[in-house]
Amino acid sequence: MNFKLNKIIPQLATLLAVILVFGFLTYNAQVNMDNRGIEFGFGFLTQESSFDVQFSLIDYDGSHSYARAYLVGLLNTLLVAFIGIILSTILGVIVGIARLSPNYLIERTAAWYVEFFRNIPLLLQIFFWYFAALRALPLPQDTEPMLGVFFLTIKGLFVPRFVWENLDIFFYSIIAAIISIIVIRNYARKLQENEGKQLPVFYISIGLFIILPLITFLVGGVSLNFSIPELEQMSNTSFKYKGGLGIPPELIALTLALGLYTATFIAECVRAGIQGISKGQKEAAASIGLTPNQILKLVIMPQALRIIIPPTTNQYLNLTKNSSLAAAIAYPDLVLIFAGTALMQTGRAIEIVSITMLTYLSISLSISVLMNWYNKKIAIKEK
Amino acid sequence: MFKLIKQLTSLATVVAVLFAFTTETMAAKKSKTLKNTQKKGFVRCGVSQGLPGFSNADAAGNWTGVDVDVCRAVAAAVLGDANKVKFTPLSAKERFTALTSGEIDILSRNTTWTLSRDADIGLTFVGVNFYDGQGFMVRKNSGYSSVNDFKNGISACTNLGTTTELNMRDFFNSKGISYEPVTFEKADEVVAAYDAGRCDTYTTDKSGLAAQRIKLSAPDDHIVLPETISKEPLGPVVRQGDSVWEDIVRWSLNVMIEAEEYGVNSANADSMKTSDNPAVKRLVGAEGELGAAFGLDNEWSLRIIKQVGNYGESYKRNIADTGILPDRGPNELWTKGGILYVPPAR
Repeated sequence: MNFKLNKIIPQLATLLAVILVFGFLTYNAQVNMDNRGIEFGFGFLTQESSFDVQFSLIDYDGSHSYARAYLVGLLNTLLVAFIGIILSTILGVIVGIARLSPNYLIERTAAWYVEFFRNIPLLLQIFFWYFAALRALPLPQDTEPMLGVFFLTIKGLFVPRFVWENLDIFFYSIIAAIISIIVIRNYARKLQENEGKQLPVFYISIGLFIILPLITFLVGGVSLNFSIPELEQMSNTSFKYKGGLGIPPELIALTLALGLYTATFIAECVRAGIQGISKGQKEAAASIGLTPNQILKLVIMPQALRIIIPPTTNQYLNLTKNSSLAAAIAYPDLVLIFAGTALMQTGRAIEIVSITMLTYLSISLSISVLMNWYNKKIAIKEK
Repeated sequence: MFKLIKQLTSLATVVAVLFAFTTETMAAKKSKTLKNTQKKGFVRCGVSQGLPGFSNADAAGNWTGVDVDVCRAVAAAVLGDANKVKFTPLSAKERFTALTSGEIDILSRNTTWTLSRDADIGLTFVGVNFYDGQGFMVRKNSGYSSVNDFKNGISACTNLGTTTELNMRDFFNSKGISYEPVTFEKADEVVAAYDAGRCDTYTTDKSGLAAQRIKLSAPDDHIVLPETISKEPLGPVVRQGDSVWEDIVRWSLNVMIEAEEYGVNSANADSMKTSDNPAVKRLVGAEGELGAAFGLDNEWSLRIIKQVGNYGESYKRNIADTGILPDRGPNELWTKGGILYVPPAR
């Protein structure tokens, strides 16, 4: 009995202390807000926001509510995080492998890249890409199109926009392609396990992925047109593009800066992961006749991934949180729209900052959960 | 007999309690903010991060501007020295939180007085030290000569978290023009982006446009369009709930404006003590007991005029002589065709 109590008492005391501290903080905030005539409440979320944003993934203007403005900011943040994570992963893996290259030039270039980009503060890099690029890029009217349809200007990158007909059928065909690829892969594995035959799964997959959607164009009534950006004059010196899809320079600068910066850390994770696998594994694999590609794919990477995933998760989280630096260069992310403009217009500092903090926390935790699940999946399963 | 004594004692208690109550309210008159300021020895003042003419720090860290002068006036009034001010540069986003959380005691940062700000978030506006309005700056060679020339798809750079953002929407909506708002947290970044050509127009208060224009790489290539699309009365703000402090800030500003009206300036203030005009004598503390109402001495207003100058001097020194807005426009005294009109200090 006494033994049990000894164990429980410190726990209870800690819990009590935590509750007291939080209680005191809440009470203190309440008293001070009362004294200063500030009200607390979330009713403002349904009010009309009456400000516009530059760039939104969903339909939004100032006649929508603050809650909708929050959603716009959240989606813009997720967009940057998503593009940034993909960009940094691809670049990070390439650079990480390049750092292990026997080719001196490749190895040195990769090393210089890593040392350069990870040692300069991110905010400076964002400013660099934004303001340096802004100054270097031409005005819309002076822009030479790339490949005839891409326009990179100071007002953003303008690309052709897809205009689909019967897009849903096209989607179904892609889903069908993915399902049949999975089926074939399973069949191929069984075939190899049972009879030792190997199917060219890779080529079959690519073929399926191209042919199935292609059929929908021929017989399914799917058609694709392009809306190509066209220059339109607004006044003597101001021009804009009509049609096409405009990607604001703020988004480009931000994803570029975040991607290049985070890729250096991911490259180091990848290098560490591969170097963490003992040489004997590679030699053993080679001795049973696997090709270099197979060695990397079947022996080295599955083991290296276990070392690579946990620190890379950290980098994904960092990238997502760092995307809040967007406010410095006018990219309308959660911090700029919600913790910036909305906070200013409503004056609800405590409510808005706590919502914003909770949001970042949930995004980070979701990424963590996803990556932990993946980590568990590839971890050694002892039989 | 005993009864009488008993009654007398209870009466005495009531009187004592009443008396105690009145002394308590007299003491409470001395405001908490005032007490803290006098104890610290400096006025805590929130200003902008750099807006020439309003609040701007030079290389040596000396702040100048008409907004800065309001804080200096308060320091002269309550501490006797206009230099005893600690300036905190704030972004538009931070300013109200800094004030309501008690980090600063006066916010004098070209802040527009609106109903929702005044009523909603624990702030009190004490007056107007600059009547402004939102305008647009464009490149001279753009061919825009009026806001009516604006066309669909125009991109506009501005500051985040300001009334500008809301006015801009109202304006473009009423004209039925679609636009691309590009909002930055700091004014310097707005200027840099507009200068680089990111935006077709830069919109903010006209005084701000005039001040920021100097920072552009070729100021003469840009013009401010004639239209004014909003009312922007800018003025100092204090926290709600300290009415004495509120009065001190309000009347420090009013005294500067009234001093100009009566021709009292930093050079002649002392000699005005013997003026024939009682209003002038009150202003320089030679008549009446005006300071006592705030718990200040009677020379408080004289110190403001002597150390900071009247409103006209402040305007000339900071805004006219620096070439920002040589024409005072609405910020001229009501006696000279402007709308500066303050209640009498008496």
